[in-house]
This record gives sequence, C-alpha cells and structure tokens, in this order.
Amino acid sequence: MGSRPLFRGITSIIYKESIHILRDPRTLFLMILVPGVQLTIFGYAINLDVKNIPTVIHDMDNRRESRELVDSFVNSGYFNIVAVADSDEELMRSIIRGEAKVGLKVPPDYSDRIVRGQDTQLQILIDGSDSTISMQALNVANAIALRKSIEVLTMRGATVAAPGLDNLPIDARPRVLFNPDMKTVNFMVPGLVGIVMQVVTMFLTAFAIVREKENGTLEQLMVTPVSRLGLMCGKLVPYGVIGTIETGIVLGLMTMLFRVPISGSLLLLAALCLLFLFTALGLGLLLSTLANNQIQAIQFAFVIMLPSVLLSGFIFPQESMPTPIWWIGQFIPVTYFIQILRGIIIRGAGFEDLWFQTLCLAGMGFALLTISTLRFRKRLG
Amino acid sequence: MSAVIQSTGLTRHFGSVEAVNDVDLTVEEGSIFGFLGPNGSGKSTVIRMLCGLLAPTAGAATVLGHDVASQGERVKESIGYMSQQFSLYSDLTVMQNLTFYARIYGIPRRERKDRIEDVIGIVGIGDYRKRMASQLSGGWKQRLALACALVHQPKLMFLDEPTAGIDPVARRELWNLIFKLSGRGVTFFVTTHYMDEAERCSHVGYIYFSKLIVCGTPNQLKALPEIVPENTTRLEVRCTRLPQAMQTLSDLACIRDVTIFADSLHVLADEGNEGVIDRALREGGFGEPMVNQIPPTLEDVFVTLTRKHARENGKSAVV
Repeated sequence: MGSRPLFRGITSIIYKESIHILRDPRTLFLMILVPGVQLTIFGYAINLDVKNIPTVIHDMDNRRESRELVDSFVNSGYFNIVAVADSDEELMRSIIRGEAKVGLKVPPDYSDRIVRGQDTQLQILIDGSDSTISMQALNVANAIALRKSIEVLTMRGATVAAPGLDNLPIDARPRVLFNPDMKTVNFMVPGLVGIVMQVVTMFLTAFAIVREKENGTLEQLMVTPVSRLGLMCGKLVPYGVIGTIETGIVLGLMTMLFRVPISGSLLLLAALCLLFLFTALGLGLLLSTLANNQIQAIQFAFVIMLPSVLLSGFIFPQESMPTPIWWIGQFIPVTYFIQILRGIIIRGAGFEDLWFQTLCLAGMGFALLTISTLRFRKRLG
Repeated sequence: MSAVIQSTGLTRHFGSVEAVNDVDLTVEEGSIFGFLGPNGSGKSTVIRMLCGLLAPTAGAATVLGHDVASQGERVKESIGYMSQQFSLYSDLTVMQNLTFYARIYGIPRRERKDRIEDVIGIVGIGDYRKRMASQLSGGWKQRLALACALVHQPKLMFLDEPTAGIDPVARRELWNLIFKLSGRGVTFFVTTHYMDEAERCSHVGYIYFSKLIVCGTPNQLKALPEIVPENTTRLEVRCTRLPQAMQTLSDLACIRDVTIFADSLHVLADEGNEGVIDRALREGGFGEPMVNQIPPTLEDVFVTLTRKHARENGKSAVV
C-alpha cells in the first residue's frame, strides 16, 4: 500500500478558498462586521430594567410641595416628564397616543394637606399595554410614594411611633389602564402580528425577483415591452394579496386563540395594515435589488430581521435604549407599525392619536419603492 | 433591400473599460447575420445596445428605424430576443410560457390562440403543450424559447449563442428553423462560436477586443487580400504524423502559417512551393504526402485577421 497523506492537498484548498472569500467583499463584510456590530447594538438594547419611562404630569396643585414630589419622581431616574397636561382628558389622550406610559395626577389640595399634617392621595395612571414598563412603573411609583411618606413623617417629628403601612400620609393609588392584569400575551401578540407580516411579505417579494435574476428570466423580460413599473407592481400585487390574507388570519388567531380583543376601530386597523404591507413589500423589493442570488437575499434579510425584532420595541422597551440605538429603531418601519398595532388593539387609539406613525410608515413605504425602482432601472440599464 | 440594423460609431464604456469601440454595422433585411468573436470581445454588449437594454456611450444605432437610445421601448416591441441560457419559466408548461409571452407583447385575446398555434406549428412543439418546460430536453427548450420570441411576429430576431450546449442533431434542426423563418422574411442576428454555423450565415461580422474587425459575406471575407496575400497560396496537405509534420513544415522558409485541420494540414505558403513541401515531407518520412490548393475557410479568415490586428496593436493574439 502506498502512503496517502491524510490531508493531502489541504493547503491548496485553503489557498483557493481564501481567494474565493476575499474576492467577494460583500459576503466578507456580512461575515465579519455585521455580527460584531449587531452584538454591540443589541447588547445595549436588551435591557429589561426600564429607565426614563415617558411620563405626563397633571399637577393641579403646582406649589412647592407638589413640585418637590414631581422632582422626586424625576430624580429617581425612572420617570421622564414628556408632557404637562391641564386636564384629565389631556392626560389620558397623551397615554392613548403612546406619548406617555405613565400619568401622574397631583390633587389641588396636596400642599395644603401636607402642611396641615393631613393625609393625601396621589393618582398614578399606568399604561398596561407594555407589561415590562407597567410593572416597573408600578413598583417604582409605590416606592417613591413610600419614601416621600417617610420624609413627611420624619419632618413632622415622628410623633407617630410606628406608622402602619395603611396609615401613610401620601397614599399612592396606582391604576393600570387598558391591560389591567398586565397580561404579557396582550402586549406581545399584537407586536408579533407586525413581525410575522414583515417576515412573510419581505421574503416572498425578495425571493420572487431574485429567483428571476438567477434564472436569467429577468433579462428576457427586460427585452420585452413590459415597463419597469409594470413588472414591479405586477410582482407586488399577488404578494400583496397573499399578505392581506395572511394579515386576516394572524389577526383572527390573535383575537380567537389568544383572546386579545381589539379595542379600537377594525377599519382603521385594516387600513393601516394595508399601509404596512405596502412598506414591507417595498423593503422586499429593495432587498431584491441588493441581492444577486437567494443566498445573499437570506443574508440581507437577516440583517433587516434582527433589528426589526430587537430594536423596534417588540421585545425590549425602546425607552431604555441609548439615544444612538433608539435612533436606529426609528428607521425601521415595523417600529411604527408595532406602535400602531398596540395603540389600536390595546389602547383603542384612533387616527388622531396615530397620525404621526401613519405618516412615518407612508413616507418610508414611498421612499423604499422609489429607491428600489431607481436601483432596478440602474441595474439593468 | 433596406437596412434593418444600422450603427455608426457605436461605443460603450463601463467605467474605464472600453467594451465596444466605434462599431459601424449594417444588417440588410432578410439576411442571416452571424456575429462572431471570442468571449469578452463585446458581442453581448453590442446585442444589449441593439435591443435597447443598454444606452450607448457614444455613437448611434437604429433598429427597424427606431433609435436604440431614445426609442428603446419601440425597439423592444418589434424585435424577438433569445438569450444564450435557457431563460423561460421552468415551472410553467409550454402553453403557459407561450401565453405569458403573448400577453406581455400585448397580443389581443382574440388573436392569441391563433398566434400561439402558429408558432407551435413553426417549431413543431405541438406534442408537448402540457409538458413542464423543466422536463424538456435541451433542443426542445431552445425551440420553446424560439417560439416565445416569435409569438409577436417580429421582423428581426436576436439569437445569442442559440446552439450553445445542445446536441448536434438539435443544432442542425434549429438552423433549419432559422432558414425556414428567413424564407418568410425574418432577419436574424446570431452570435455563435461555431465556425460551421458562421459558414451558414449570409453575412458575418467579427469583433475582437471591442472593435469590429471585418464585416461582409463569407465569400467577400475569404477574398480579402490580407487573407491570401499576393504571391501566396492556401494548401491542404495530407500526410502521416500530423503534429510532427506541422513542425517540419513551419521550419521551412516558404511557409507563412500552418495549422492542423481534422486529418490534414492547412498551409499558407509562398506561391509555387508545392514541390518543396512534398520533398520535405517525403524526406522526413511522413508517408505519401498529397498537396492540394484550397480556398480559405472562415476560420482561416478570423485567425489571420486576429493575428494581424494584434500585431498592429502590439498585443499578443489570444487565439
């Protein structure tokens, strides 16, 4: 038997393979840079300890004592005053709109009662549509009220020897709105609807076009009188129809299987779902102009999918993300769609509360479609 | 006869790369124009410009009277195009593929059925109407592609290496189809690598390093003075041990060029040296040599022109 080295030819294969890898800078970029960048970004984003909960204040007292109370909420680092309301309705609107997650209501006689040594009540409204935030807000608000009570008691000279907990000068009355049991399912499932819709629509569209590129049929089509817009929209419509059917199924499952009721307008929900489909199709189209084959399409899809899941507020509250990472989230269409879904489904928000998100989605959809149409033209021109 | 394709100074750059340089081309109505050239010489770029897919950097071309740069869509409506790789939908049946192309070319519903049956008749694919395109053999796939490209009755067909990778019988049948359609007045612009296919064309053009080197009927090309220079003659030499014989002959002073061609040698020699060749081969022990005068083939034409061009441009000929 002649000797046959076990690893014969290994160096030549390594040499050849290295050339393949270096020749394709796009794949090299995806392999080396993207995982590092994503780990860094997502590492910061994955933070279940929520700080800076957007808070709306309705201070009917607005004197030294009440301002001190508000300050102690702000100084805790957990609450961030984003709005000052002048009425109960305004306070509620701000929460329904999703602008604030917590509303703090100080009664008009707060200072008087504290000074007179009487007990007073503090109302704290908490948006239950995000269970992580509402749990945190509930605990912290209670703790702050308790500390404030002890402060007041100490100031009064601690005449009361051992105050029972039911006998505190400041009685915090937290009320969880919309999702009073803080069911995670009510919070997660509407978001999941958005994610699922994006995945299916984006992948379907991207693959439909990349496949034609791979097979050479796209070039054949280009020699026919079919217009670019005709080709692209012809591709989009069937997948739009599939996406619409799928949306119906997903929403049906949500209400029937997971028992998440839709509190807002079904018509508005349907209309905005269609708007999001349009944006997701545009994203798929852009993907198809970037990728030359199906493997690349999958790679690019992952680059889009991970931030959609991690930075959109789907799992991790955006409130606690560092500013640069929060900004990345603002460029992801599904971020706005999840806000819309939670707004309509959980809080019963109307169009007047969601016009900003709607505008962002429409703008992104239009931009995506324009960019992909232009890129499409360039590639073949 | 009028020109269906006319280009003047057609040029295309990709960045700093000159893919097509100053191509003047005329294709007459009813002709079968064979477009030859090595890979990467600019053949596909010329086709893409003529089909309105790619705008010329400089120069202009008209196809069936339409300017390719400004009226690309009009060009696309009136031509048929068949690319080198099979580019139909393999998960559609023969009929579905044909219907798709009939619709895309905007053939009215009433006429659609007749048109489809018409092209099915021309290419003879009638037995496979319900067959998936993926289940057809290479030759049938090409026939289907041809049928799809014909469904809107184009006056001009572009075929980009239509016979690459199909068997010799299918190749011959495809050429018979081309002749049949040519008889009906369709003009063909065909790229190919095969010299025997070039010989079948009524006109040929040869592109090399982005420049159109020559253009004309095969007989015109073979009669070019640089192919058989004055005082030289082309000979076919039959003998034994061809590789060694080739070496022996190329050492002779009177031999300009020698190549092996099937079971003989093709020689370009100074006139009146048949005797010298005969003697050299007999002395070298190459059997009983037979030396005959022959006309040049198109291959001779292209090899000679390529070498000449490379010499003049200081590049080594890659043949």
